Amino acid sequence: MATKEPELIRMGQHSQGAFRWPDAPDPDKYSVCVHCGFCLEVCPTYQEWTDENHSPRGRVYLIKAASEGELPLDENVINPVFTCLDCRACETVCPSGVQVGALIEEARGQVYHARPKQGVAGALERLFLRGIFPHPKRLRRVAKLMRFYQTSGLRTAIRKTGAIRVLPRHLREMEAVLPEVPAEGAREALPGRMPAQGVRKGAAALFTGCVMDVFFADVNEATARVLARNGLEVRVPKEQICCGALQVHAGDREQARAMAKHNIDVFLASGVDYIVINAAGCGAALKEYPELFRDDPVWHARAEQFSAKVRDISELLVEVGFDPPRAEVRRRVTYHDACHLCHAQKIRQQPRQLLRAIPGLELVEMPDSDRCCGSAGIYNLTHPQMAGELLERKMDDVPEGVDAIVMGNPGCMLQIKVGVHRRQRQADVLHTVELLDEAYRREGVKG
Amino acid sequence: MNQEALVRALTEIVGPRRILHRPGQLAAYECDGYVAQKGRPRAVVFPETTEEVSRIVRLLHRERIPFVPRGAGTGLSGGATPLHDEVVISLVRMNKLLSVDYENMRAIVQPGHVNLTLSKRLGPQGYYYAPDPSSQSVCTIGGNLAENAGGAHCLKYGVTTNHIVAAEVVMPNGDVVEIGAEFGEAVGYDLLGLIVGSEGTLGIATAITVRILKKPQAVRTVMAMFDRVADASDTVSHIIASGIVPAAIEMMDQLAMQAVDKSNYHVGYPRDIEAVLLIEVDGLEAGLPELADRIIAICREHRARSVKLAESDAERALWWSSRKMAFGATGRISPDYIVQDGVIPRTKLTEILARIAELSEESGLRIANVFHAGDGNLHPLICYDARIPGQTEKAVAVGSAILRACVDVGGSITGEHGVGVEKLEEMRYLFSDADLEAQLAIRAVFNPEDLCNPGKLIPRPGRCAEVRDAHWLAAKHAEIAAGFPDQTLTTSPGAGA
Repeated sequence: MATKEPELIRMGQHSQGAFRWPDAPDPDKYSVCVHCGFCLEVCPTYQEWTDENHSPRGRVYLIKAASEGELPLDENVINPVFTCLDCRACETVCPSGVQVGALIEEARGQVYHARPKQGVAGALERLFLRGIFPHPKRLRRVAKLMRFYQTSGLRTAIRKTGAIRVLPRHLREMEAVLPEVPAEGAREALPGRMPAQGVRKGAAALFTGCVMDVFFADVNEATARVLARNGLEVRVPKEQICCGALQVHAGDREQARAMAKHNIDVFLASGVDYIVINAAGCGAALKEYPELFRDDPVWHARAEQFSAKVRDISELLVEVGFDPPRAEVRRRVTYHDACHLCHAQKIRQQPRQLLRAIPGLELVEMPDSDRCCGSAGIYNLTHPQMAGELLERKMDDVPEGVDAIVMGNPGCMLQIKVGVHRRQRQADVLHTVELLDEAYRREGVKG
Repeated sequence: MNQEALVRALTEIVGPRRILHRPGQLAAYECDGYVAQKGRPRAVVFPETTEEVSRIVRLLHRERIPFVPRGAGTGLSGGATPLHDEVVISLVRMNKLLSVDYENMRAIVQPGHVNLTLSKRLGPQGYYYAPDPSSQSVCTIGGNLAENAGGAHCLKYGVTTNHIVAAEVVMPNGDVVEIGAEFGEAVGYDLLGLIVGSEGTLGIATAITVRILKKPQAVRTVMAMFDRVADASDTVSHIIASGIVPAAIEMMDQLAMQAVDKSNYHVGYPRDIEAVLLIEVDGLEAGLPELADRIIAICREHRARSVKLAESDAERALWWSSRKMAFGATGRISPDYIVQDGVIPRTKLTEILARIAELSEESGLRIANVFHAGDGNLHPLICYDARIPGQTEKAVAVGSAILRACVDVGGSITGEHGVGVEKLEEMRYLFSDADLEAQLAIRAVFNPEDLCNPGKLIPRPGRCAEVRDAHWLAAKHAEIAAGFPDQTLTTSPGAGA
C-alpha cells in the first residue's frame, strides 16, 4: 500500500509553532481545557510519577505551548506525549470535554514527521506498522511462523535450553502466556455469510481485527455465532484489513488513513446495517475514523457514514435486544473495563448486562475496574516499566475467589494473562462474548 | 547562587529523579487553576519528608531565593503561581495518611494527601472528612489548609479552619515547629488560626492533624427548579429563617445549568428555568423525612415549578456532580473563564444578581452563576476568549467590579478561593492602608524577607504595584482618566477605594 508523505506547511496559522505538518493538534480542541486539574487523579501516569508534565492537563498545556511556538518540539514535549497510555480516563472525568486522546494522537502525528525514529527500534516499528499489519497475508505468514514456533517443539527447545533468557522479562512473560495461534483466523475460517436465526434484526459485518484474529480467532467465531443466534445475518468481508489503531497510536497517520480508506470502501460496499467489533481498541479507532479526515470533506463524510454503523458486540446485542440464555454457566467472574470500551466508547453497562443475563453466573465487581491494566495497544512493549506497575495494581484489585476475569479487548486479555501467570492465580481470562456463547451452546438447541 | 549550583544543591537533597529544572520541563508549572497570570519557575522539587522540605527551605532562605509551595494546583486565585522566578516546592509526593484515631476522631495526613481520598479511606469505618471543595477529588489537604478551603457542606459543618487542629510547619527559614493542639484549645497565641488561610506565605505545613466525623446516619437531597431567580433566593432565606440548618444549599442559574448539561454530568434541566436549588439535610434518620417535607413545602410556597427528592444514591451523586463540575463545565460554553468568589449577606442575593446581569450586559461577556446560596458565597463565572485581544483584561475588570459590588452591599471579596494574585487589588476595597500594614507586620514576623510565596495575599499599602489592565473600565471612565498618565490608569479599576 503506497502512501505519500505530506509536505511541510509553509503558511497558515501554525507556521510560527512547532507543529509544521498538516493535521496538527486542533486549537479548538486544546482551548477547551480550562486547567482545572480534575484529570490529575485519574491519570495512571500522573498517579505513578506525580509530575504534571505526565498528566492530561500538563500534556494539553505542552501541546498548546508547542503549537503556539512557546516551546520547541523536543524531548520535553515528545516524552510526555508518548508516555500517555491513551486510556482516556481523563475524558471521562473532564467537565469541559477536552478530547485529550485526539490531541495526543495528532501531536504524535507531528512527532512522526519531525523526528522519525532512528535505529533498530525505528526500523522494527516501521516494519510492523507499515510492512506487516496493513497486509493480511503477511500478518498471516507471521502468525504461521509463531504457530510453527509454538507447535513444532522449537518453543520447548528454546525454553529448555535457556535461550529464552535473551529476552527481557516482560517479553519472556508475554511469550509464556501467548495462546496457541490457530491454523487459520476467523476471517478465513468463517463462511462469508451466515444466516440469521429466528426473527431477523438486520445484517452485521464482522470486523475480525488483527491481534484478535491471530491469537483469539475463537472469540471471533463465538461473536459470529452469538450474532446469528440473536437474529443478525453475519457477513465476514474477506478483503478487510487491520483497523489502523496501532498506527494512529504511533503517530503514523498517513498509513492509518490509507488503511481506513480501504476498510471504509470494503465495509460500505457490503451494504450491511452494522459493523460489529469485539476489540475495544479497534472499536474506538473505527468510531474515530472521521478524526483522520478533518481536512478532507469527501472522505470525512464517508468516514462518518462508516462510523455510524460501528457497534461493539455488547452494545449491539443490548441495542437490538438479545435472547437471555436458558442454560446455566456456573462461574464466579469479575469484569475489567477496557479503557477503549468504557472511556473511549462509554460502554460500561452493556457487557455487565450480558453477563448478568447468564443463569448461574455470579459477577463480582472489582474496585477501580476502569483503571488501565497497562496493555494500552503496544504500550506494554514500548514502556514495560509503567505497564508492569499498572498490571500489579490491576492484579491487586482482582477479587479473591473468582475463576475468570472477563473483558472486551484482546490487548487487555494478553496483558492480564501475564498478570495471572505472574501471580500463579487459578483464573481464566475470557472475552464477554465467550461466556454468552458458552451459555447458548449449552442450551443444546439452535435458534 | 547560579542556576547550576542551585540545581546541584537541590539534587543533593532530593536526588536526581525528584527535580525538574530544564526550561521545557517547567512550563506545566506556570500557573494553577487561575490562568490569567503565568510565570515560569526556576525549578520544581518533589520532597518526600519533612526533613527534605526543611533542608530545601533552609537552602533557599540562605541563598535568598524565593519559593512557592504547591499541591495539586487546582487553586483558583493563583496562589501557587510562580511570578518571581521561584523554586516550586511540590508536595504531591507527601501524600501519606500517617495515622487515624477513630475513637478520638483525629487523622494525621501529609500535605499532599488528596481531600476525597481521606474520606474514601475512612469510609469503611463509617467516618469522613467534612470540608468538600468542588475539586475534592484532586485537591490536597495541604492546599486546603493554605486557602482555608470551603465547600458545599460548609454551611452546616464549617470551613477548613474548623477541621484542622494541629500542624507541623516548616517556617520560611527552614525551622520545623509544631502548632495547635490535637485535643482541646491550643494555649498561647492562636498560631494555627494564622497559618490556616495564609496562602503559603507563613510557612509550609508538612503534617496536618484533622478532625474526622462520623458519617451522618441519613441524608435527604431535594432539587427544586424555579422560573424566577428571585423566588429561588427567597426560598433560601425562608428555609434558614425557619430554623432549619441544611447541610448545604446550592444554586445554579440558567447559563451554568446549560454548561453542565452539555458535559458528562448531564441532569437534563428544563432550558427555560432561571434557577435550580440543591438542598441537603443530614443527621439522624428520625425526623429527617419530616424535615425534607418542610423544605419541599417551602419551595412550593415560593412558586417552585418542580421539586424532587433524590430517590437513590446514584441520583443524589449525579446531582452533586452536576453542581461540583460546574466550573470546569464552563469550558463547554466558553474557551476561558474567570471564576469569582464574592460573599454577600444572604438577603442581598437578588440585588447582587441584578447587578451582575447589568455588568454582563455592559461588557458583552456572558456570566454564569453558581452559589453556595446558604452562606451567601457567589461564584460568578465570567466567560471570555483569551484569543481575542482585550478580552482577558475586560473579564478581569468585570470580576473586580462584581467584587466591588459585593463589598458595597456589606460582603467580602473571597469566601473560599483565597486572594492569591488575583484579588490583591480588591483587598483595598476591604482594607485601609493601616489595616494592610497590620497584616504585613504579621507576615514580617514569620517571613521577613518575603521569600515564602512572595507577593501573594496582601498588597503593598499605597502602591499599585500589581498592574491590572483595565482598559475596558478605563475607556468607560475616559473623562476621569484623561488627567492621568497611562500607567496609573491601568492599575486599579476602583482607584477611589
